[in-house]
Amino acid sequence: MKKYDNRKYYISAIILFFIFVIVFKLINLQIFDESLKISAENNSQRRITEYPARGLIYDRYGNLLVYNEAAYDLMLIPRKMKEFDTLSLCRDLNIDISDFYARLEKCISFSSFRPSVFYKQITAQQYSTLQEHLFKYPGFFVQNRTLRKYTSSLGAHILGDIGEIDKETLEKNPYYTGGDYIGKSGVEKYYETVLRGKKGVKIFLVDVHNNIQGSYMNGKYDTLAIPGKDLYLTIDSALQAYGERLMKNKVGSIVAIDPNNGEILALVSSPTYDPQLLVGRNRGKNYDSLLNAKSKPLINRAISSTYPPGSIFKIAQALVGLQEGVLKPNTFYPCDVSLVGCHGHPPAQGVARAIQYSCNPYFYMVFRSLVQRKIEKSIFKDSRIGLQLWKEKITGLGFDKAFDIGLPGVNKGQIPGPDYYDRKYGKYRWAFSTIYSLGIGQGEVLVSPLQMANFCAIIANKGYYYNPHIVKQIGTDSVDRKNYMKIFTPFDKKHFDVIIEGMEYAVNEDYGTGRNAIISGMRVCGKTGTVQNPHGKDHSVFIAFAPKDEPKIAIAVYVENAGFGGVWAAPIARLMMEKYLLDSIIDPDIEKIIFETKIDAEQ
Amino acid sequence: MQNSSIFKRLDWISILIYLLLVLIGWVNIYSAVYEESHSSIIDLSQKYGKQLIWIGAALLLALVILIIDSKFYTSFAYVLYAVGILLLFAVLIFGIEINASKSWFQFGTFRMQPVEFTKITVCLALAQTMSSRFFSFNEIKSIIKIGIILFLPILLIFIQNDTGSALVFFAFIFVLYREGMSKELFFTGFVLIVLFLLAMLTNLEILLLVVLIASVVIYIISNTRTLQARIMLYLFLLYSSLSLIFYFYSDIFTEKLLLLIIINITINLLTMLILYFTSRKKIILLYFLILLGVSAFVLSADYIFNNILQPHQQNRITEFLGITDDPLGIGYNVNQSKIAIGSGGLTGKGFLQGTQTKYNFVPEQSTDFIFCTIGEEWGLIGSLTVITLYTFLILRIIFRSEKQRTSFSRIYGYGVASILFFHVAVNIGMTVGLTPVVGIPLPFLSYGGSSLWAFTILLFIFIKLDSDRTENLR
Repeated sequence: MKKYDNRKYYISAIILFFIFVIVFKLINLQIFDESLKISAENNSQRRITEYPARGLIYDRYGNLLVYNEAAYDLMLIPRKMKEFDTLSLCRDLNIDISDFYARLEKCISFSSFRPSVFYKQITAQQYSTLQEHLFKYPGFFVQNRTLRKYTSSLGAHILGDIGEIDKETLEKNPYYTGGDYIGKSGVEKYYETVLRGKKGVKIFLVDVHNNIQGSYMNGKYDTLAIPGKDLYLTIDSALQAYGERLMKNKVGSIVAIDPNNGEILALVSSPTYDPQLLVGRNRGKNYDSLLNAKSKPLINRAISSTYPPGSIFKIAQALVGLQEGVLKPNTFYPCDVSLVGCHGHPPAQGVARAIQYSCNPYFYMVFRSLVQRKIEKSIFKDSRIGLQLWKEKITGLGFDKAFDIGLPGVNKGQIPGPDYYDRKYGKYRWAFSTIYSLGIGQGEVLVSPLQMANFCAIIANKGYYYNPHIVKQIGTDSVDRKNYMKIFTPFDKKHFDVIIEGMEYAVNEDYGTGRNAIISGMRVCGKTGTVQNPHGKDHSVFIAFAPKDEPKIAIAVYVENAGFGGVWAAPIARLMMEKYLLDSIIDPDIEKIIFETKIDAEQ
Repeated sequence: MQNSSIFKRLDWISILIYLLLVLIGWVNIYSAVYEESHSSIIDLSQKYGKQLIWIGAALLLALVILIIDSKFYTSFAYVLYAVGILLLFAVLIFGIEINASKSWFQFGTFRMQPVEFTKITVCLALAQTMSSRFFSFNEIKSIIKIGIILFLPILLIFIQNDTGSALVFFAFIFVLYREGMSKELFFTGFVLIVLFLLAMLTNLEILLLVVLIASVVIYIISNTRTLQARIMLYLFLLYSSLSLIFYFYSDIFTEKLLLLIIINITINLLTMLILYFTSRKKIILLYFLILLGVSAFVLSADYIFNNILQPHQQNRITEFLGITDDPLGIGYNVNQSKIAIGSGGLTGKGFLQGTQTKYNFVPEQSTDFIFCTIGEEWGLIGSLTVITLYTFLILRIIFRSEKQRTSFSRIYGYGVASILFFHVAVNIGMTVGLTPVVGIPLPFLSYGGSSLWAFTILLFIFIKLDSDRTENLR
């Protein structure tokens, strides 16, 4: 290797060359480049952050829902503060001296180097007097911000709110500074980075009196703020407003999805609140009262609450049964009330009629044939295998899955499998008789109203769905590609025909449980559910889609403590479908009854 | 000699430089995160408090390494390499994502980046392979071997989306050159690396000019007779065909780009004609192929930028170029960093007096941008001191490597020098706006346990090997 000895000189030369380039650049930066000099007093330069306008929010038809309004915050960097006339500042802000010290203390405890909000959202009048005196208060400056305004009070849970960033988030995310506003819930939170845009910085030269002398280096080092992008929701604001009106004085949710593309047309969670309450100086107070309210209006029940689905789950059982081959379209089981209670109805000849009558013993038997596959001799081992097979299939329908719909807080619900019961009862300590109530949608199975609506969309599409989503368009860009892909479920298309037939009977034929959802001149397919509630009155559920051929809407209605599914949830679903499909209400009397009824939550 | 204590044979000058750098690092981390409200120096909730623990542990590690027999490193070079690769695999599965790269392990509150340690194991494996007496740059087998050793970790790190750390491994080209890689291949590779970095920085017009000059230089120094020159040719061919495929199947095709390519090709064709009439016919074909390859390289740099780099990496680069959507947009981070360093002047603002770094204008001030604090608070004097210390350390490692009697120690030494050089040049270069913002730490100075430990181990293995150079005659 001797012959390569001289290469050490080449290598050293290359290294020294690069080092010299850096040193040259450093000398240039630190000695010769006057533009980068900042005086020792460090008050000759002031950076003003330019806040971009936050993106606006529209509904699916381009109706404006959320827009901006200017506001001003008085900010303070404690370390830059010098002796000044505190009483004058107190006068300008109309606060007393003890309040002043309390605020100062709060700023210092946050950081002495970084800006924090001294006084939030000063009025335009205060701002004009303050502006004149500001040079007397070193360390203080005014930051303009945007507040949200709402064109109506609808969709509080979807839109969400913005608020001052908390310290924890601030430390994790270097983009923000103290006092910045950030999306706290709803699309404001989920699409924060899209809506907020990008801050810019303007550097000004200031004299010793803190007066701006001009732009620094003709704005060479300024960055422009990039405005946030507008959001176009998939929500139909008329339908949403109507849904919120129907659900007024009731607890529960409505989710309506267009099965042709997964767009969420309405996402109602009741009780709701006026989003304007969470804007402005009363935000903190209002937030606390909403947070502590007994009816929990801040929770988005449509996506975050999960319930036992009740009888609507029978459709899912039938599908799994058909797909697994343990159930045939014409299978007959007698309505044997010694197995599980039922209500009087004619004998269910086949799957479709069983769905129509919502026969409990029938689906008890379906679930039993799914769980007890007779693969193992031991009933415990057999049930374990059967339940595992059942779980694999039923989760294919979107249960036990947190959809990425464009909102935070989506709850995935629960489909209990063998592991769940092993934990609860011990391995091989449970069998079909322990878990039979799953068959009729009671017990440990938990489903969100969103999942119910999406399940209904799967049936409407005969086996596939689009990822349900709440945003149609971001600025001029379309949304995530995944929202445009058909997602197929592990069920054959042919099995859906008999299910749809049963749902059609349930609404349109005698002894159907969903007769209250009938719309003349249109074939509505639906299924009721009444969920036993150990804490109080039963919950009322209904899922439906319409029209039967070429479905345009799939809907789930869940009304807590309202009793029979057919009595309350079905007519609400009917009114929603009429509103969306016909844009008129056939029977105003029903509408009136729903509007006027108050159903208290009993939990 | 043999009997003298190990502590007498240690290179105390290197160790002293190391200690100085670590101390400078801690002082500046303290300053970067300092707030008046902080009470004590040993506040474990603060970064400087934690760094004290990392430093203590690093010194312990250094001691352990000096105690371990140096034969350990030759015997276990491949085993350690395998462990390093396994860690890179493991982090892909069990790691967590920070700043869009999935390259961290998390144990409780403690985080570790395995890539830092892989640098050491790759360096050892490289030294072990290349010190074998059967190793030769004229053997295709040898070349494949080092190719695998180097590109396996590079690939895995790219998958982790940690481009900066992957680029570090290209610094080993110095080691290959020192050990006999042909100068043609070295300069070609070196030009490609510099071009790639430039392609991330500069706009296409300037780049095509650079490519033109580079292709002429490569042409002049090319020699078709050697195996390595042929390998170079094949690589170009493979690269150009792949790039062209990428190019035509991606949607970056614009009229402006087309015009530039046409101009570039015309100039090159003219050059070829001149060459033809000066009767150097044989190499015109070679020249043509190289031209094709280099042009394709430029196109692929653009392709990589648009399609492979993640949005946050693209943002950093476009920020650097000032080609973001807004016409006035100039890289905020780099600008703040330049202002901070520039405002330091000759003597700096003094300890804890830096304002630019204090008010959070500079991002990542205690990790990747620690050099800003030094520049601002200690001025040109401080920054030149740090650079001088680094340069002296790197050159000392190179010249002590040359004194080694085993090629293992020498190659390892060159590896250490290369890694240190790449980190120092790219990190400081990024704070002064010369290199793209790729997010690699400044050795010994930046905040963080894994980086400090890894660089300590890297350096002290060499110091240990160096102390044994009279014994290890093999």
